[in-house]
Amino acid sequence: MSIWKSIEEEAKDVATGKTTAVANVEKSLKLIDEKQEYKAIIATTRDRALARAKEVDQKIAKGAPVGRLAGVPFIAKDNFLVFGADTTAASNILKGFDAPYQATAIEKLESEGAICVAKANLDAFAHGSSTENSDYFTTLNPYDKSRVPGGSSGGSAAAVALELSPFALGTDTGGSIRLPASFCGVVGYKPTYGLVSRNGVIAMGSSLDVIGPLTRTVEDAGFVTELIAGKDELDSTMIDRAEKDYSQLDKVSLGSLNIGIVKEHMGGGLDPGVKTNVQRVISSLKKAGANVEEISLPSSKYGLAVYYILCPAEVSSNLSRYDGQRYGYSQEGVNNLEESYAKSRSHGFGDEAKRRIMIGTYVLSSGYYDAYYQKAQLVRTKIINELSSAFKKFDVLLGPTAPMNAFKIGENIDDPLKMYLTDVITVSANLAGSPAISVPAGLVEGLPSGVQIMAPQNKDKFLLSVAKRIEEIV
Amino acid sequence: MYNISHMSKISKDDVLRLAKLSNIYIDDSQIDAFAKDLAEILGYVEMLGEVDVSGLAPTEQVTGLKNVMRPDKVIDYGPSPKELLKNAPAQEKNQIKVKRVL
Repeated sequence: MSIWKSIEEEAKDVATGKTTAVANVEKSLKLIDEKQEYKAIIATTRDRALARAKEVDQKIAKGAPVGRLAGVPFIAKDNFLVFGADTTAASNILKGFDAPYQATAIEKLESEGAICVAKANLDAFAHGSSTENSDYFTTLNPYDKSRVPGGSSGGSAAAVALELSPFALGTDTGGSIRLPASFCGVVGYKPTYGLVSRNGVIAMGSSLDVIGPLTRTVEDAGFVTELIAGKDELDSTMIDRAEKDYSQLDKVSLGSLNIGIVKEHMGGGLDPGVKTNVQRVISSLKKAGANVEEISLPSSKYGLAVYYILCPAEVSSNLSRYDGQRYGYSQEGVNNLEESYAKSRSHGFGDEAKRRIMIGTYVLSSGYYDAYYQKAQLVRTKIINELSSAFKKFDVLLGPTAPMNAFKIGENIDDPLKMYLTDVITVSANLAGSPAISVPAGLVEGLPSGVQIMAPQNKDKFLLSVAKRIEEIV
Repeated sequence: MYNISHMSKISKDDVLRLAKLSNIYIDDSQIDAFAKDLAEILGYVEMLGEVDVSGLAPTEQVTGLKNVMRPDKVIDYGPSPKELLKNAPAQEKNQIKVKRVL
């Protein structure tokens, strides 16, 4: 039996006095304490969370409006600026950083009465697929403690799988919400690029980054999206919200759906257990009347290469702000400003950040720019064009979320390229800005395995509605 | 889809040059490891060389937005200058204090 009800029911229980915000926050904090061995959490915001819970309860006692998430605790990945605990992005360079303002997504949730109780672990600066690049510790997979939870939002995914709170927030640049969702058996949703404000979220790859929810059900993911989506004058990269009310999903008939299976995502390199599991889902969809056909997207095999040029290029630019002067770690005993920059950065960044900064610097340097950076931008167009044609024929594309299930801690850590390959399927959605969701599709040899469903840009509500139906039949 | 056969050449000098451009010091003991990792990653992405992109325009962003404008007026952003300065490693007279440039 679940520890938490649906997010909507939890909020209703608080609003109607069946339970209190304080009781919910205390329950969540107790669970966090009891499940410390999984290392999903970097820090709690205990004092602030309890104070806010009291405020919510007082409002209810007075009959004042409390919002649609009254007294619902949640956990934010530690790259969201949040009051009540340090914001570090799990990096040494930001240890001790006390946010002067909160991310817009956090503000929006708080304005509906939700309460952030803790900050979840991640690969430092969201660079990774396992949380092993965290400068704190590695989060353990709730299904097998010898395995990784996936990444980079591994702490958020493990937290939801362990039910430490009804939902968590994550960020997804190349698969960082969907991969850990698949590895931990939860729902991970990457909205259309630009639908949710990124103000107050530590930037990684700005043409790719989105934020989104990790939840136990698709309906919960829609509910959270409903409350965090929409324009924010502090983020100038936002699109108009095309659809209304993501919390009221449409009843989609599977019999009316054309579902495309990307041939290249089902090919060599795919774990046989993952493949069999996806094929089982496909048979269920066919049985339910859906038209399921294979489609070849020949350029999809270049997605990861495009990503590992564009993302590091953007990382090298975004991480240049960490220079030890305005905030963050600053090396003592240096002679001049240049030395202060370099020594602070050398100490504050881990090896993966250094690798990405140097790769980004390389592909952007004159002489290599055309061959790497611009070529990647051109191939990105080719990948987007292929996806657009696919979406003329198919309503959604479906396949595995990742080519493998949760791997052993330490298995890929000495081979950065092998670690990157975990994102080989998920990156397409980031390159195209499309919404995509990972839905749990059962266990393979005791480990969770997700299916990814992807829709065209701005079809978020449709995607969530389809995902809900698929969730029901798998 | 997992072909990792290419191998770019990255020398120790390349690593040191990139580190300098990136404002990072790399320990002597780590140069070889970084050279190997960077060569492997660059070798992998070089597969893009084979893709025909004739007639295509580069994608810089996916929103289609152009020149996002807002009225030129002061808004209440929230945090005070004091709050914005509280994380600075060194301060003097409400300003961030840094080391001398030369």
